[in-house]
Amino acid sequence: MHLEDRSITEMQYLVEALQASYVECIDDDRLEEWPEHFIDACVYKILPRENADRGLPLATIFCDSKGMLADRIVSLRNANIYAVHYYRHMLSNVRIKSIINGVITVQSNYLVLQTKQDGSTAIFSAGKYLDKIVDVGGALKFMEKIVVADTYRVDTLIVRPV
Amino acid sequence: MNELPKINTLAPQACRVPYAVFTEKNYYEREQEMLFRGASWSFVGLDAELPKAGDYKTTFVGDTPVIAVRDQDGAINVMQNRCAHRGALVCRELRGNAPDLQCVYHQWAYDLKGNLTGLPFRRGIQGKGGMPSDFKLENHGLRKLRVETIRGLIFASFSDKVEGLREYLGPMVCETIERILCRPIEVLGDQRQYVHGNWKLYAENTRDPYHASLLHLFHTTFGLYRSSQQGGIKTDDQHRHSMLYAMKGTSNEANDKAIYEGVRAFNTDFKLQDPSLLAGRPEFDDPISLVILAVFPNLVLQQIANTLAVRQIVPYGPDAFELVWTQFGYADDDAQMRAIRLKQANLIGPAGVISMEDGEAVEIVQRAITNDQDKTSYIAMGGGKAEDAEHLVTEGSIIGFWEHYQSLMGLDTNWKMGI
Repeated sequence: MHLEDRSITEMQYLVEALQASYVECIDDDRLEEWPEHFIDACVYKILPRENADRGLPLATIFCDSKGMLADRIVSLRNANIYAVHYYRHMLSNVRIKSIINGVITVQSNYLVLQTKQDGSTAIFSAGKYLDKIVDVGGALKFMEKIVVADTYRVDTLIVRPV
Repeated sequence: MNELPKINTLAPQACRVPYAVFTEKNYYEREQEMLFRGASWSFVGLDAELPKAGDYKTTFVGDTPVIAVRDQDGAINVMQNRCAHRGALVCRELRGNAPDLQCVYHQWAYDLKGNLTGLPFRRGIQGKGGMPSDFKLENHGLRKLRVETIRGLIFASFSDKVEGLREYLGPMVCETIERILCRPIEVLGDQRQYVHGNWKLYAENTRDPYHASLLHLFHTTFGLYRSSQQGGIKTDDQHRHSMLYAMKGTSNEANDKAIYEGVRAFNTDFKLQDPSLLAGRPEFDDPISLVILAVFPNLVLQQIANTLAVRQIVPYGPDAFELVWTQFGYADDDAQMRAIRLKQANLIGPAGVISMEDGEAVEIVQRAITNDQDKTSYIAMGGGKAEDAEHLVTEGSIIGFWEHYQSLMGLDTNWKMGI
């Protein structure tokens, strides 16, 4: 069934389901599933708002293949040194902006709360997702996800994807 | 101030730094006065961030707010960001462009040199009020800092006693800056990393070739940096600035396996699915692939593979600082080179697969030294003296930092410390 044949409410549901699955696998530490939400030739960027607003290209994390996403996770599991922490995403305002030639453009708000080893929770990052989503054999996947972080001052470090 | 414990850099074979320097407010306050407003030059920005007349940025020298602005005549001026009237911030935004600097509170206006040029109601309104008759504009300007630049790095100082910038840096630092800033640059963007620890722990970390191949798995496993490579550490004649350099590919892989046996960071099982992260091109005439130049007190200039960046250290109290990373390329980079730099940016910055760990390293010290103000660290790798080395198995340059710190802060060297 083509995207064009689906109703707008069905599309909204499917997009929200993808977004929900995306944040859930990160928050539940099923990070090995994170790359599976993307197509092979994907783009994932965390772009500080300070650079986005100035039209500057430097991203905090930049991956342009599913392989690079997987490498980030392997690095998190085996290479990098960081304090124990948990994320909890809050999502809102998931809005389909357009569906053109099979590409669904979506903007959403996100909030990530981070809990540290002492059990205290604080806001880690707030911002928006600018997503381009496509249908791959009946399942929606991200072709591009740009995380524009309002929180351009990173608390200590970012190792876990947002 | 008499009660500050002393740093013993002359103890036989080791330097011992009392943990109080990282936690006590009296040290922090003294640093603002004796160090950041004393005989030093602080990095405040890049020429490339302020290309046009009227371009300004707000930043800090120590924790004092300052404005750096490009004047009409092309010079860079740096002044304290505090209105001469009643103390308000004059520039309230990170960046901007303005023909003059106006305080929003009462619209006192300053030119781009910081001179007060006018204020509303100076002569009163319809014969009432106004400033006293002896009020002179020239007595109420913004406090001006000395400014000097080298190859597009802008430095400022509150001190009229510190030597000129090039003398302060010394020939080794000037050469290192000239090697990297060899032609016009283009800013790729900024990143901010807020670390819950004392800024001097980061100063130590950037003068530390010992940790680099042990903490940072990406360095060691992919051969970007190993302590077995050709390289070394050079300081200036007062040991306050430090340049760590290394050359990729100059160690023997088989030997390294033996040297790094049992070390977590040498992990032959770790392979990238997409090695384009590490793809790059040599771009200097020499084989040096890594340079970490730490300029006392607040700057790190780095080359790691094809990533070029400055890191400005901004202290916020004894237990917090921010690193402002500005990454750049050359204005004449081709599209491929730019793409390489933007992808290799994954190595550095607050999410850097190499650099992120320095944030954790600083924080685990700050958390562990609570209430041990009279206890000390033990810095002896490489011989325990502040000296240069033609190898990478030393902490000598860290000791150099502490010698200079001690001297600027007016701390006596003769105090003996127990463990």
